[in-house]
Amino acid sequence: MITLAQLLTLSGIVFSLAVAGIFLNRKNVILLLMCVELLLLATNFNFIAFSRYLGDINGQVFVFFILTVAAAESAIGLAILVVLFRERRSINVEDLNTLRG
Amino acid sequence: MLIEILFYLFATILVLGALGVITSRNPVYSALALVLCFITSAAIWLLLEAEFLAVVLVLVYVGAVMVLFLFVVMMLDIDLEELRRGFTRFAWLGWLTALAVIVEIVGVVWARGGLGIDATRGTAALPASASYSNTLALGSVLYTDYAYPFELAAMLLLVAIIAAIALTMRHRTGLKHQDVDKQVAVQAKDRLRIVKMDPEGGA
Repeated sequence: MITLAQLLTLSGIVFSLAVAGIFLNRKNVILLLMCVELLLLATNFNFIAFSRYLGDINGQVFVFFILTVAAAESAIGLAILVVLFRERRSINVEDLNTLRG
Repeated sequence: MLIEILFYLFATILVLGALGVITSRNPVYSALALVLCFITSAAIWLLLEAEFLAVVLVLVYVGAVMVLFLFVVMMLDIDLEELRRGFTRFAWLGWLTALAVIVEIVGVVWARGGLGIDATRGTAALPASASYSNTLALGSVLYTDYAYPFELAAMLLLVAIIAAIALTMRHRTGLKHQDVDKQVAVQAKDRLRIVKMDPEGGA
């Protein structure tokens, strides 16, 4: 039997690893995007687990929408990244200080 | 019992994959570790009888999004050494935050019994009879109660397509290309010049 607590723990571990990844790879925009994907995956785990244990299909509909939004987000994020690299020849976050006052 | 063993196996692979994503030196390895994460997640979702979403995760994420990631990673010529510099400066803060979040979540979940829900309740909530179809159940909700959000999601994807194309499209100067408008609108006098010449040996 897989219990709800086991699933929530697994999701929490994955979520916090992704948060640690944002701290660790804070210069590389591609890895930041990947860590955001991992965060959303951990969130989806919670939705699926609660949907399963409450017997409510609506949780899975939310996962469907989260997947849609995450796909759109990564597509636009990578497009911005390509334009950025074309302009600056770098994807280092620290080079992105044009808007700094 | 078999399901439990499989769950622990997949959970271990998932955590190791997540560790691989955040610690590997090469972004290509990170992307491949993320593919591993998505595939094991899909396997766990299959164990939870969310079959449609598991298949969607593999098709959309592994098949489309991660291929896009790999494509961009390999297309860009990144100076990895520059990006790795300062890796250890904030590493302790990252690990500390991760540890704090893990301790908090695990503490809350295991102490409160899953926030008011009986956490040790087994799997038997959904009707798992032979005729139960996860896709049918999801579709019957998605196209009735959630019809309007579904159309909004479709619009969102359309906007994402247009935005991605509009962002990455560029007009390079010096490229030879056809301009159909000019080709159609051209007149004979623009191209052809009649030159009056004296006959040979006239003067």
